[in-house]
Amino acid sequence: MAVPVTAVQQVLQSEWTKIKSVRSTVWTLGIAFVVTVALGALISALTKKNFENLPPKDKITFDPTFTSFAGMGLGQLALIVFGVLVVSNEYSTGMIRTSLAAVPQRGIFLFSKIVMATLFAFAVAMLTGFVSFFLGQAMLGSLKASLGDPGVLRAVIGGGLYMTLITVFSMGVATMLRSPMLALGILMPFFFLISNILGHVPATQKVGRYLPDQAGQKIMQVVTYDSEAPYGPWGGFTIMVLWVVAALVGAYVLLKKRDA
Amino acid sequence: MIELAGLTKRYGDKLAVDHLTFTVRPGLVTGFLGPNGAGKSTTMRMVLDLDNPTDGTVLIDGKHYRQLHDPLKMVGALLDAKAAHGGRSAFNHLLCLAQSNGIPRARVREVLDTVGLTSVAKKRFKGFSLGMGQRLGIAAALLGDPQILMFDEPVNGLDPEGIHWIRNLMKNLAAQGRTVFVSSHLMSEMALTADHLVVIGQGRLLADTSMAAFIAENSRSYVRMRSPQQERLRDMLSGAGITAVPGEEGSLHVNGEDAAHLGELAARHQLVLHELSPQRASLEEAFMQLTAESVEYHAHDGRPAGSGAPPPGAGWGDDWRKKGS
Repeated sequence: MAVPVTAVQQVLQSEWTKIKSVRSTVWTLGIAFVVTVALGALISALTKKNFENLPPKDKITFDPTFTSFAGMGLGQLALIVFGVLVVSNEYSTGMIRTSLAAVPQRGIFLFSKIVMATLFAFAVAMLTGFVSFFLGQAMLGSLKASLGDPGVLRAVIGGGLYMTLITVFSMGVATMLRSPMLALGILMPFFFLISNILGHVPATQKVGRYLPDQAGQKIMQVVTYDSEAPYGPWGGFTIMVLWVVAALVGAYVLLKKRDA
Repeated sequence: MIELAGLTKRYGDKLAVDHLTFTVRPGLVTGFLGPNGAGKSTTMRMVLDLDNPTDGTVLIDGKHYRQLHDPLKMVGALLDAKAAHGGRSAFNHLLCLAQSNGIPRARVREVLDTVGLTSVAKKRFKGFSLGMGQRLGIAAALLGDPQILMFDEPVNGLDPEGIHWIRNLMKNLAAQGRTVFVSSHLMSEMALTADHLVVIGQGRLLADTSMAAFIAENSRSYVRMRSPQQERLRDMLSGAGITAVPGEEGSLHVNGEDAAHLGELAARHQLVLHELSPQRASLEEAFMQLTAESVEYHAHDGRPAGSGAPPPGAGWGDDWRKKGS
């Protein structure tokens, strides 16, 4: 189907207005930045202080870049909230009917919304990644890595990409589930707890490491001591991208055929 | 013009909309009337392609809604006054709708002015009353200056001044040659605004007629007679072959006779009359008669559901009397 370019531009502009005209955008993205950066800096500072007391194995596998991203596990929750709210606010307020009456081409509607929200998330995630890195390295002092070291720039950009993809994945899931409470109730505990457990408990590790965040975090690591993982940084990233694509396809198919 | 052909919506076993076929024409206010749960809102959602019909089609000037470019410029709709993000201002709510259809920003200010919300344009929707929400929804419908307008229960929550305003607005829009399709469960409201009437009950089409024809057909007229000598009055009428049914407070109701003729008859019999008045059954009664069989949610008045027309003052009719007053 030929899609007129002007129509897409109009809808992109409209979704831009929607996102920037609600306060939750500033709150969620702001919290994601502050929590990730502050927690990363704090843990970097504590690590520096206690480094002498670490067991030798931990000293050898010490990854200063990944350490400065220690706040992401918590900070990503704010991005999940952002992604979920952007989509499911349409449903919880009933705005979806007004929106789809204005843009009955549901594919254009969905992807314009996701593209615009992703741009917001990308800008904040990249900023968060770089600030976390530099602040974290400053705290680590003599233990610090520098951007020029092998794999470090990839890991820092990867940190921003990881946070962006978490947001996009959340938007896909929220579109499928519609209810904000349901989407948050599933995504938050999953990414904060369940996935971490599944990815690290030996019994479930083989499967657990293919979960989107477990695979995606690989790109933020410079020192890869976990040699058992059957994929590298970009391999892990690709697995995460596949999850995101699956969520978006599911979202599109359901939105297309469902009654609004 | 909106054309429905065999439009059907089924939810599981239940037919919400049952093979509706009718056309909504330009230049008229078409009232879409039915009791609560009759399928009015579902039908309107299918017109906008929000809900997929199980069967049948609905066309807007010969096209499916999904084929329209910048649909707000052709069809403006108010479905639900509460359907806006609580944290967004009235201006931004309209702006994002305008932008999606390439409508200039200046038009947003125009419609805010039309509906009288200019002073609260920067206020967040959260603090809006139902009436203000209704006005914002109407502003959104008018945004693209469309030829077709659709309002679902637009007077709900409006104060008398607001109701007066929306009635005039709908009439003016129709007078400009636009198609105006408005749903209501209030016959009294429709009698004041609609030129044409489509009545549905349990999803089925019950009437598709001009308002004037509906009034002529459905408002039963009768003559109410009252006399201190009621027995003699009764004998006189039966003697003349006229049937009368007992009415309220000892009166008699006579169908199909002229009041003048009845007066002359009484004079010939030297009968004292305390009342001789031509009456019209209200349109509400006519509407309730028409939809009695298909009313889905009867109020519990101790009688089995579907036992014919509810008596005045019982059933869901109570509801609109309170709302309408």
